[in-house]
Parts: sequence; C-alpha cells; structure tokens
Amino acid sequence: MTLDGIAQQSVAHAGLPVGAKDAIVARGIDKYFGEGEARTQALKNVSFEARFGEMLYIVGPSGSGKTTLLSVISGILRPNAGTVQVKGEQIWNMSADDIAGFRLHTIGFVFQDYHLFPRLTTAENVAIPLILQKRSWSEALSEAKRYLKVVGLEDRAHLPPRKLSGGEQQRVAIARAIVSQPDVLIFDEPTASLDGDTGKAIVHFVRHEVLTDKRCIVIVTHDARIYEYAHRILRMEDGQLKGVEDGDSIVGD
Amino acid sequence: MQLKAFTGETLLAYKLLVNDRTKFAALLLGITFAVFLIVMMMSMFAGVLQRSSSTVINVGAKVWVMDPAVNTPANSIPMPDFVLDAVRSMSGVRYAVPLYSGVGQVKLKDGSFQAASILGLDDSSLFGRPKLLKGSIEDIYAENGFIVVRDADYVKLQNPAMGAEFEINNNRAVIVGIAKVTISGLFGIPTLYTTYNRAIQYLPQTQFTTSYVLVEPKSPADVPHIKQEVTRLGYLALTEQEFIDNTSRFYEFHTGLGMNILIMTMVSFIVGLSISGQTFYTFIIENLERFGALKAIGAKGNELVAMILFQSTFTALTGYGLGIGLCTGLIALAKARLPDYAAIVTFPSLGIALVMVIIIVAISSYIGVRRVLRIEPFDIFRG
Repeated sequence: MTLDGIAQQSVAHAGLPVGAKDAIVARGIDKYFGEGEARTQALKNVSFEARFGEMLYIVGPSGSGKTTLLSVISGILRPNAGTVQVKGEQIWNMSADDIAGFRLHTIGFVFQDYHLFPRLTTAENVAIPLILQKRSWSEALSEAKRYLKVVGLEDRAHLPPRKLSGGEQQRVAIARAIVSQPDVLIFDEPTASLDGDTGKAIVHFVRHEVLTDKRCIVIVTHDARIYEYAHRILRMEDGQLKGVEDGDSIVGD
Repeated sequence: MQLKAFTGETLLAYKLLVNDRTKFAALLLGITFAVFLIVMMMSMFAGVLQRSSSTVINVGAKVWVMDPAVNTPANSIPMPDFVLDAVRSMSGVRYAVPLYSGVGQVKLKDGSFQAASILGLDDSSLFGRPKLLKGSIEDIYAENGFIVVRDADYVKLQNPAMGAEFEINNNRAVIVGIAKVTISGLFGIPTLYTTYNRAIQYLPQTQFTTSYVLVEPKSPADVPHIKQEVTRLGYLALTEQEFIDNTSRFYEFHTGLGMNILIMTMVSFIVGLSISGQTFYTFIIENLERFGALKAIGAKGNELVAMILFQSTFTALTGYGLGIGLCTGLIALAKARLPDYAAIVTFPSLGIALVMVIIIVAISSYIGVRRVLRIEPFDIFRG
C-alpha cells in the first residue's frame, strides 16, 4: 500500500466528521536548499491531505522537514516540485502578493515564540490581522477584544504581552490567529515554551474551543504529551513521510 | 473605506514607533539636534549677510553706481565728480545723487573715541534719509547737525540725546535727530547721518569724494540702458538686489565664512544622519522578526514599506519641527538679550534643512526597508 493509501485509510479511522472535505491537499512535494555540492533535499515526494474538522500533527526528529513542510503548505516557502491545494485553491500558481492575501484571509498562524509586538497592547496584537485586512482600527480592536474573551483574557486586553505569563501569551497568539476566522490554522511547536500542564491545557483548549467542522488545524510538534489531541499524526523522517497514524493509536503505543 | 484602511495600518506603524519611547526619543533627538545645528549655522550666516548689505537696504536706491572693484558697501572706492554729472546726463535717469560713506572717529565727552559709520546724504534731496524718531529732517542743515541711529550700537555713543555734542576729527558735531533704520550694520559701530558736504568737510579726504551715485531710473525698463552707459564710463551700475547679491557672494566665497558654515552644516548633517540612521536601523533590527511574522500573517511587502516610510517620515517631520522651534526660540531669546545678535531664520535655510532631513530619512528608511524586505517568513518558523 502506498503512503497515500495509508493516509486515506487512517482518515477513515480517525474519528473525523463523516464526509469531511479536504482543507489541504499536498502532492509530490520536493524541496531543496542550497546549490551545487551544498544542495540538500529537505522534502522528498511528500503527499498528504488534511481535512476540515481535523487536528493533524506533523511530528518527527529535528531536521526531518516538519517546519519546511509547514511552510510549504501555508504558502510561505515555494516547493521545487509538487502542488499544494488549500481550500480548493492551487496556492503555488498564485503571485506572491496573491499568496500573501490568501494567507491573510484563509490561514492563521501561531508561532513558536508567539512573535507578539511588545510595544502594543494585547488587544492591539490580536487586532493585527484585521488591520492588515483593511478593517478600521476601532472595528479591529473591538473584534480583538471579543476574541480575547474567547481565550479567557478579556481582562488583559490593555496590558502589553510582557506582563502576561507564557500560557497567556500563547492564548493571545491563538486569539490573533483566529480573529480573522481563518479556515486553516498552523501551529509551530505550540507547547515548546510552556510547562507540561499549561501546554496540555492550551492544546485541549485548541481541540475543544478552536477546532470546528469548518476549520483544519495543522500542528508541528515534538511534544508526545499532546499526541492524544490529534486526529491523525504524520510522522516525518529525513524529509519523507514515514507513516500516518491516528492520535489515539500512537498514544496507546 | 480606503482612508479607514490607511488609518489602521498607519496607526499600527505609529504605535510601534512611539511606544518604543527610548528609541523614539533618540531618533527625535538626533534629527532635532541636526536640524537645530543646520538651521542655526545658516541663520547666523544669513544674519551676517543681511547686515553686510545694511547700507544698501537702508538707503533704498534702485540703482547704485560704483567703482568696479567694490566688493561690499563698506569698502567703497571714491569716484570723481564727473561720474555724477555723466550719470545725470544719461537718458532714462530721473535723477542721480551722490552718497558719501565712510568711517570717522567720534570723540566722546569722557575723552574716549568710538568709530562710527558716517553717511553723507545729497544736500539738496537728502535721498536715502532714515526715518526719524525725534527731531526734524530739516535740522540736518543746522550748524554741525548730525542724526544718530538708535540701534544696538547707539549705546556706544553713550546714548546721545537731542542736542548732545561730540567731536569728529576735531570738528564739533551736534545731534539734531534720532532715527531708526531697517537693519543695523555688520561691524558693530554706530551710524550717523549728515549732509554730503558736511561729511566731506569733517572726514579726511582722498582725491575723490563720491562713494556712490544713487540713481532713480525713469522706469525699470531703463535700468539695462543705464547699466550699459555706466559700464562705458568704466564704472559699474548695480540694482539694489544685485548689489546685495554681490555682497553676499563676496562673503560666501571670498572670506572663508561661507566655507566654515558649509563645513559646520555638513558636520551637523553627518551627526544627525549617524544618530538617526543608527537608531532607526536598531529599531528595525529589533522588530525584524515581528515584521517577518507580519509577512507570514499576510502583510504585503509594499504595506510594510509604507509602514516604515510613515514611521521615518513622522519622526523626521516631528524632529524637524522641534529643531526649527528650538532654533527660532533660541534666536528670539538671544535677540531679546543681545540686540546686536545677527541671526535670522530664512526660508532657504528652512528648505535646506528640510532637504537634509529628507536625505537622512531616505537613507535610514532605505536600510530598514532593505532588511525588512529581505526577511523571509520561513526564517520566523526556523527561529
């Protein structure tokens, strides 16, 4: 059975909504870095799909290509070969500006180090995607406060991020990622800077409060403690997809 | 809708800038300091240049005839009397009068001496007379009559009142009027007005006595012809503005003053550029990852460029305003305390400072923009 076949089979067992549609379809992705003798292949013929209503993990050791794959499927890093379809759109057929616009409206990001602006208030940080979407300042701020309430930080709206704990900063980053109601959410090592309990609480929150039938969440992680929240887990090694498993089974293992 | 959108991103750029108070203060300090130095230097120079032409401005003749070797109004070269007659006979000349310009030693009541600039006005017309604050202009014809100008140097003649007496080259002089003029002289000496004939009687003479011939043309169209005719005589005729410009050029290019001011202006520019450029660059570098995050979220390159340009322009204009304010405030304060203080803020100096600030901003922004455009969102994921 091919890896594509494995992926399809695992979808059927992952507890996903019946008839869930593909949010992301990646086919035959190759990615190289460097030139000449220094050229290395970071991704080798990677194919998979992620569905709406699904929380998909990409796991593997350092250097296995997880972050590169994340960047390719989110329209940040152009692959050398292969196609990526997000919400039915072939993103790598678009111009750079169109891809940026597509990301802004369709994909939300939660970065490993959060990358919150220290000189802005929490609410202003959350409002950034809406401001980039050309919404007015007051409208964006009002919407941001609404989403801070969703993540339980409505009383922190006026504070700068440095006054918040790591877990709270992570929740601010989540609020910023979801404020524009994207269809796809990308998390890069969401628990890397958090202690075990806080990390699990954050991912629990994401699974139960952020994930909806109309949203797909892709998480790159090393943290085996949060595998239980995944519908499926893609295991990467040396730039290749080595296996696709459902979250429960891998926890059992 | 477009305006609202612009306001949101602009406000974001504004907050990112001003909320970093230390860097914003350093940026403002750099530009304010640079503008202050640039404008101050040029204002002092402009003040010197204006005062160097004070005689030309105060007398107000439309055309001045002089020896071609004259560089500034203060170093007149006496001309023979026939020049006056010849100019009077030229077509297009409504009238022409002589002007004596010299320096005399005034012996004060306490026995001390004080140099004074003495202008001898044409006896019949008194053309170029100053505006009187006290006395009547006819009194200048009275025996030994002199009019003193009340300016910053008036005090050097011990504040003479009406009727005050002193000596000029062992000749008795009496103050018969107190006047004011538009601009004080450059050399910090008091100014006295008298008639042409009295001036040449009181002051040591060379062979010739006429410093300048002041010409009133029948119409502006006659000026080129008059200049041509004067040139044929072997002398030089300049309009008031040409004489002022020639004087300015002399001080700018033949005295070292202009070069010194230029060097100081360039030093100010480099200081401002260094402080502002370095601080703005640090500001960009510290926010580079976050700009990368904005790119990843979906900000387009031109939007980030617009934000950086707004930040640098806002800083530049604020610093420019502060620098101009500081400069004008200090000049006003100095003038209130030191009546002789010559600095004036001119539109050209404001314009030059603005251009230099724009260059500072352009260079600082360029460096910042390059770094921001080169950051790849992928680098944000890679950490």
